Amino acid sequence: MKLLVQTANGVIGGDDQRVADLTRQLIEQGVAAKTILDEGLIAGMDTVGQQFKAHEIFLPDVLLAAKAMYAGMELLKPQFIEEGVPSLGRVVIGTIRGDLHDIGKNLVGIMLKGAGFDVIDLGKDVPPEDMVRAATEREASVIGMSALLTTTMPAMQEVVEILERDGLSKEISTIVGGAPVTKDFARDIGATAHGYDAANAVERVKQLIPEA
Amino acid sequence: MRSLLERLAAKEILVADGATGTLLLERGLQAGQPPESITLANPEVLEEIARLYVDAGADIIETNTFGASPLRLAHYGLDDRIEQINRDAVHAARAAAGDRAHVAASVGPSGALLQPMGEATPEQLFDGFRRQLECLVAAGVDCVIVETMVDLTEAQLAVRAAKDIAPETPVFATMTFDATPRGFFTIMGVSVEAAAAGLREAGADAVGSNCGTGIDEMIAIAMEFGRWTDPPIIIQPNAGLPQTEGGKIVYGDTPDFMAQKSSELLAAGASVIGGCCGTTPDHVAAIRVMVDAR
Repeated sequence: MKLLVQTANGVIGGDDQRVADLTRQLIEQGVAAKTILDEGLIAGMDTVGQQFKAHEIFLPDVLLAAKAMYAGMELLKPQFIEEGVPSLGRVVIGTIRGDLHDIGKNLVGIMLKGAGFDVIDLGKDVPPEDMVRAATEREASVIGMSALLTTTMPAMQEVVEILERDGLSKEISTIVGGAPVTKDFARDIGATAHGYDAANAVERVKQLIPEA
Repeated sequence: MRSLLERLAAKEILVADGATGTLLLERGLQAGQPPESITLANPEVLEEIARLYVDAGADIIETNTFGASPLRLAHYGLDDRIEQINRDAVHAARAAAGDRAHVAASVGPSGALLQPMGEATPEQLFDGFRRQLECLVAAGVDCVIVETMVDLTEAQLAVRAAKDIAPETPVFATMTFDATPRGFFTIMGVSVEAAAAGLREAGADAVGSNCGTGIDEMIAIAMEFGRWTDPPIIIQPNAGLPQTEGGKIVYGDTPDFMAQKSSELLAAGASVIGGCCGTTPDHVAAIRVMVDAR
């Protein structure tokens, strides 16, 4: 459908007004919210993610595309509630205590939302205990955390330890990421999974939530 | 000791210091604390680290003020201590440097994204850098190093703020690049060519790169800078990429490896070489020996 392709292109081009207009038109035409999301907004964001991964575009393009995607998603929210589209699962994300770098974490949040997850973003510089509290209170099944600094990476281990101490590690899995965070580090601190980039993080979260 | 600009004009090769954060972690900085908190709690540790680098042969000592701009300090509720944090860091470096080394004011990114990607306006960032630089310059620095930048506009604002506060003080500006199939770019998409031209245009006296990669890629980045700008070119690589050993973070490039590669870095056109994350006084000492042996 032409309007869906145009919506995807609007996301790719980071044109939030155009995406909002097209989303409105699609809703008026009676297209299902899930279709608009999957074949318009997420399709566009997927292309953006691939282009970013291939270094064809850079962070500003991704951030503007995300803004455009959100402009469409905002309009779809009431539709979703009306149509009763189920979420794939709930994920708490944040940049760990001491770390103010949230670009990577925001990308993961964008991609997770785009993939259909319910995302609770606690922002940056999040204390480990707050991560766990949010996950238990909001009944999330995954905690995703990132660090860009080698000085803040060790704080991610505390989240894993609190989960173990409180007997929560069966219900709540952990996934870690960030430029200096390797698979070995994830294993060493006992995290359930490691995402080497935003797209990979989404794949891993899908595996962590089997019903997804 | 001759002035920094005279030494650079005379085509002298200068050695800058290595990592501060890495050494602070070994001296009680807790994971998650800003390195600037050490300046308030324990400034003598800064003097000790600076002295290790001066003794290792560094010509340039950077202050522990990378994150001491108002926006970043505000995040830790430390913005009302901005003057003390910047001043005492300069004094600690100066006490160690004496007349053996130059003191360089470190200015890192604000942590905010400029509009339309983020919320920050150019005025906000410029005013923030200006505020930090006022404190640094008043405390008496020999040069300013605007570093680890990924957004060219933000880097230019910092350079302009420095030149605004202290027109006579040399300003170095470095950005952090990733290798891509199409060449080197910052994560915000700034090429080496654009960085070289843009930073010079803003008034930087020396441009180059720090952090992000080890010395192997920095050699290629230095050559690329050489294509687009006149010397001096400043290069401060990490000691390789961080790896973990049993949950502890280690950097793989040894002092000998970096020293050996440094001659290639000089051949590639760099004239100020130092280290970033993971580098130690041993790395700087090894680079010093290599530079002196030329």
